[in-house]
Amino acid sequence: MTGNYVEFTEEMKKEYTVLVPNMLPMHFKMIMRVLKNYGYNMELLETEGKHIAEKGLRYVHNDTCYPAILVIGQFLDAIESGKYDPHKVALILFQTGGGCRASNYVSLLRKALAKAGYGYVPVIAFSFGNIEKHSGWNITVSLYLKLFCALLYADLLMNLQNQCKVYEKNPGDTDLVCEKWLAKLTSGNKAMPLSGGKKAKELYKTILDDFAAIEKVQKPKLKVGIVGEIFVKYSPLGNNNLADFLVKNGAEPVIPGFIDFLLYCIYNVVLDKKLYGFKSFIYTAYGMVYNVILKRQKELIEAINEHGVFDAPTPFDETLTLAKGIISFGAKMGEGWLLTSEMVELYHSGAKNIVCTQPFGCLPNHICGKGMMKPLKEKYPDINIVAIDYDAGATAVNQENRIRLMLSNARLALEEDITKTAPAKKDTETVQV
Amino acid sequence: MKDTAKTDGLLLGIDIGSTTAKVVLIEDEKIIYSKYERHYSKVREKTSEMLAEVRPVIGERSFRAAISGSAGMGLAQVAGIPFAQEVFVVGEVIRRKEPDTAVVIELGGEDAKIIFFDGAPDERMNGSCAGGTGAFIDQMATLLCMTNDEMDKASLEHKKLYPIASRCGVFAKTDIQPLLNQGASKADVAASIYQAVVNQTIGGLAQGRKIRGKVMFLGGPLYYCKGLRERFVDTLGLTPENAVFPDYAIYAVALGTALYASKIGEDTTIDTFIAAIENAKSYSSGTDTLPALFENEDEYNEFSARHAKANVETKDISSYSGKAFLGIDCGSTTTKLVLLSENNEIIYSYYASNQGNPVEVVRSELEKLYSLMGDRITICGSAVTGYGEELIKNAFGCDIGIVETIAHYTAAKYFCPDVDFILDIGGQDIKCFKIKNGAIDSIMLNEACSSGCGSFLETFAKSMGYPIAEFAKKGIYGKNPVNLGSRCTVFMNSSVKQAQKDGAGVEDISAGLSISVVKNAIYKVIRAASADELGENIVVQGGTFYNDAVLRAFERELGKNVIRPGIAGLMGAYGAALYSKRCKASSIITREDLSGFTHTSKSASCKGCTNNCHLTINTFADGRKFISGNRCEKGLGLEKTSKDVPNLYEFKRKALLEMQGGEAKRGTIGLPLALGMYELLPLWYGIFSHLGFKVILSGMSSRRTYEKGQLSIPSDTVCYPAKLMHGHIAELLDHKTDAIFYPCLSYNIDEKASDNHYNCPVVAYYSELLDGNIEELRDTVFLYPYLNVNSKKELAKELSGYISKKLCPISVREMRKAVDKGFELYNSYMDSVKREGERAIQYAKENGKRVMILAGRPYHIDSEICHGIDDLAKSLGFVVVSEDSVFHLAEPVQVNVLNQWTYHARLYRAAVYASTNPDAELVQLVSFGCGVDAITTDEVRSLLEERGKFYTQIKIDEITNLGAVKIRLRSLIGAIEEKREKEDAKA
Repeated sequence: MTGNYVEFTEEMKKEYTVLVPNMLPMHFKMIMRVLKNYGYNMELLETEGKHIAEKGLRYVHNDTCYPAILVIGQFLDAIESGKYDPHKVALILFQTGGGCRASNYVSLLRKALAKAGYGYVPVIAFSFGNIEKHSGWNITVSLYLKLFCALLYADLLMNLQNQCKVYEKNPGDTDLVCEKWLAKLTSGNKAMPLSGGKKAKELYKTILDDFAAIEKVQKPKLKVGIVGEIFVKYSPLGNNNLADFLVKNGAEPVIPGFIDFLLYCIYNVVLDKKLYGFKSFIYTAYGMVYNVILKRQKELIEAINEHGVFDAPTPFDETLTLAKGIISFGAKMGEGWLLTSEMVELYHSGAKNIVCTQPFGCLPNHICGKGMMKPLKEKYPDINIVAIDYDAGATAVNQENRIRLMLSNARLALEEDITKTAPAKKDTETVQV
Repeated sequence: MKDTAKTDGLLLGIDIGSTTAKVVLIEDEKIIYSKYERHYSKVREKTSEMLAEVRPVIGERSFRAAISGSAGMGLAQVAGIPFAQEVFVVGEVIRRKEPDTAVVIELGGEDAKIIFFDGAPDERMNGSCAGGTGAFIDQMATLLCMTNDEMDKASLEHKKLYPIASRCGVFAKTDIQPLLNQGASKADVAASIYQAVVNQTIGGLAQGRKIRGKVMFLGGPLYYCKGLRERFVDTLGLTPENAVFPDYAIYAVALGTALYASKIGEDTTIDTFIAAIENAKSYSSGTDTLPALFENEDEYNEFSARHAKANVETKDISSYSGKAFLGIDCGSTTTKLVLLSENNEIIYSYYASNQGNPVEVVRSELEKLYSLMGDRITICGSAVTGYGEELIKNAFGCDIGIVETIAHYTAAKYFCPDVDFILDIGGQDIKCFKIKNGAIDSIMLNEACSSGCGSFLETFAKSMGYPIAEFAKKGIYGKNPVNLGSRCTVFMNSSVKQAQKDGAGVEDISAGLSISVVKNAIYKVIRAASADELGENIVVQGGTFYNDAVLRAFERELGKNVIRPGIAGLMGAYGAALYSKRCKASSIITREDLSGFTHTSKSASCKGCTNNCHLTINTFADGRKFISGNRCEKGLGLEKTSKDVPNLYEFKRKALLEMQGGEAKRGTIGLPLALGMYELLPLWYGIFSHLGFKVILSGMSSRRTYEKGQLSIPSDTVCYPAKLMHGHIAELLDHKTDAIFYPCLSYNIDEKASDNHYNCPVVAYYSELLDGNIEELRDTVFLYPYLNVNSKKELAKELSGYISKKLCPISVREMRKAVDKGFELYNSYMDSVKREGERAIQYAKENGKRVMILAGRPYHIDSEICHGIDDLAKSLGFVVVSEDSVFHLAEPVQVNVLNQWTYHARLYRAAVYASTNPDAELVQLVSFGCGVDAITTDEVRSLLEERGKFYTQIKIDEITNLGAVKIRLRSLIGAIEEKREKEDAKA
């Protein structure tokens, strides 16, 4: 890294607003509220529109990945909106590092800020291997735990929201329940018990009950999985509101949780040791963290299974075995082997229809996404995948048309399934193309 | 709840694609009515109109209907009519009607589709980059000044095919334009265009799945273009009975939609149906709009008055006698002439499209000129510039040929002596210069993606039925210009289509396109975030700036007024004329010779070396020949004169190609010479030959290598070096080696000069993709272990374990020795490269030559990847060195980005080295689609420019025509010389 960066100091923590890009809507909302409870003044940017990409294109090389263009565009758009005093804002970026060009987002953001005349705005680079020191950004172990809880609960809420929304009788019911829980879980420092204990178990059940109580319409389940580069997979800004589009077209979006990605990142470090013979105590520490998180994920899954109404996600240690024979664990840049594993996981859990999202020209996805379609189709002939590129210049109509093609085939397969399993039953709702 | 499907009734299918609308009415599965028309983006109106025509056929009967097609999507939604996805319904139709079909290929205006029926059924549409098939053919026809029919007919007469980049329309055009200017026959070009479409379809859509069995071809372009059909059948090697072109090719989607309507449609009557369409007036998919270019008439008047002032002196030719100087600018799409008086007044000028035949245009203009000049005026100097420079210079004996950047600079400088910044937007290229202390400080030229913006405006205007001037005028009055993005003209074209469907008028489209072109120039070529970076006096020129909407958009986007000379489009010719004033007398063709002037051209390919340059041989009346298309002197029938001039690219290629062979004690092993193998071949060769394997190397790539592997490439946006890998594997499979080895390396060699030492994801993991996509690899042993090349011990352990398991037992001990041997070879190879680099620099110094650091990645030395750019540089007088032969001459450097890739770290250091050697220039080679180079280019530029050096970037892909590359390199030379002259003058 460059070595020179504007520090986010303790004084700044008191009076600055820290702006957060909208990468994972549900998860970031939770994280922010948690941080707020710890005295950070955070604000999630929920701006949208074409002007964000335009702004980004002004300051970032056009061939850089679309997420960088969007995130930087969204920041600069906010700084210049007049809503904030540019001398009283800081920015935070979350990144994973590694051999993908995405590890350059922070450098690119700083370059863009300097170019636009805001070189003084502090940028906090938040990653697992945090090398930069910011005296005002001091994440204690207990706060890390809280943040982890926030991610875990956000995974749960996102998962349940997706399983309810397309079937809700009264439009908007699901979102209301979500909002309610978002607020409740972040209402204080004790509102989100770490799983494992009795309290968490009870809380999981209450949440599950609440979602189960939403009034729903019976219809055949048309599940569509979303995988891809982490930003365009989750961010509605990045994927033109893909989840909403699917819901509007009668499909249930299935989005693998963020905890899987977290575990993937940690697991890769552990694997480096195995693959390349790296030696350091760090690897042991990572191994321990991995086990702890995996345990929590499994407890959550168990709770969903025990409750019995909703489909639970697959535990990570099972997911990671799924791509065996298709791609190896060594492919760890970007979303790497996890992307392939998730497609198989989706297939096995009933979402045979998959949208594989990537920014235009995404390097790791050439291999782990588009490059794996052929072997996947060979192994699972009825898997129905469509790869969609997202970019500032790509037209929504073309993207939607391709998704519709995937949906048409999905419905055909569903119809065939229904006639196969229940030939007598005539009054199932006709599915439309 | 609907009844079960009824197939016996009356069914109506409407298919509204991006350019045409189709209506089909069927009864008892038979077509009783059909119609096919262009809709010119008036989707709703056209649909109502076509429905009105079918009304008498339907009468009072009830029927079911559905809509399909990309343009029908929005309409169906608002009108509440069922929508059917077009590829899906075609699949349904063919499954029913022609069950023995194996593959369907359908080409439309914007989309290309393929459906596989045999094996696992699969339906695919083209990716974002490969958009615009029909639209592309339309544009190319306009470029050839032909109708689609004429182009089709011509193509059937072709004698040869030129390789044309097939990645996308913009790239293809970049290859086609120079071919036309070099005089290639239109028949050959037309057929080559179709071939490019075929390659794109097969490469981009089939992605490794073999197209065999009975293939059915559908869609407008395939129905109408016989030439295109021929190319498909030829390329796929189909027998006549396996290539099916059904009568209903253009109606297939509409037919499928009609059939599908039986399932999803509701019974309706024609009146209700038409009413529903007509009531769907206001549907929009949310087109983004921008502020108008002019708020009111006053603003426009002020603007016009201000620009009217910027003019040059002219004089009537009939009242002038004396010396005159001629400038010719033979551009990509237009030809310009300027005749200057001794006092620099323009006494004659010409500006018009070159009609695909610039030689003829210049000839007739010269004839006209001679008759106007009479005996009063003598041409004392002549200079020619532009794409057709050499051809015109040779044809008519012009005195000087200058590179266009220098011509444009000369003109702008004369026009506005204090100029700080010049922007020129021509038909094909965008050029910008920053001027500092009276000399060129930096030159920026567009790369392939942003080329063709100027001519795109014109072809687009034509396709909408307007002359460009009128189209531009309309843009001025656009109230809500549409936002069309700025990536490239293919993306813009598809955005326009979408905007049109949302009801945008020609005014708003014209304004929107102007803004897009400008944004492309500012953010992609100039890379400026604000006007301040450009300085006080900004001159804009080039034919595109005659367009007031473009000019205004530029001022708006910049927030600053600029100067547009009244002769904006003539500036190249004007500059050339000014430049020619250094001549005393002219050797230009005489009036007598001109009357007997003839010109013919034919094509040939050079057999001089592996570059296999496609030559165009022009022959003139006096028997003189002019050959173009060559990279080096060889093609001209001359021997290379510069044999002992060092060329690191050549040196490395030679050294690497020697690393093969050996005794096959343990068997044979194939190493693909692509991607990372270009760096670590010495290591792997050392290891395997020591172990007793015979090493078979796939060898240098050629165009054929690409074609050989093309069918298994799953991602059409991956870089060309990666695409070539498929061909190398195919090559090795032919050799039937016992195993093929290409390891996965997350980490490259750690040279301790950067924060980390990664490979890019593509280099690192391409084997994973190869294993999944090349079926034939299963017939051999494909070895792709994950390895750590930074620890000999680990490497030996991993390799021994892996190879013992997969191929044959090799002990760790033996492997350790082999690894030592490998590293010995690798180190001695790297040392020899560095030594040769030093020798080259010394040689240049002693012989007064310039050094070009042709900097990229190790695999850029591949002759197919760099397209012989090293030879070209050599023929321009450079000593060529590579980045890895000189980076050791500079210390590691602090950069503003994460410096974590081994290849990048070398690049940055090479840039620093370039700045310490006054004779060295760095030219960066960048492969299209290289995501990590999006980061390095800005960094290398700033490293060089901070240190007072020029930055030149060359983006390479399949594009084989080096015209644009030559312009870049010559511009660089021109700028260096110009700067030197200035400095010398000062001293």
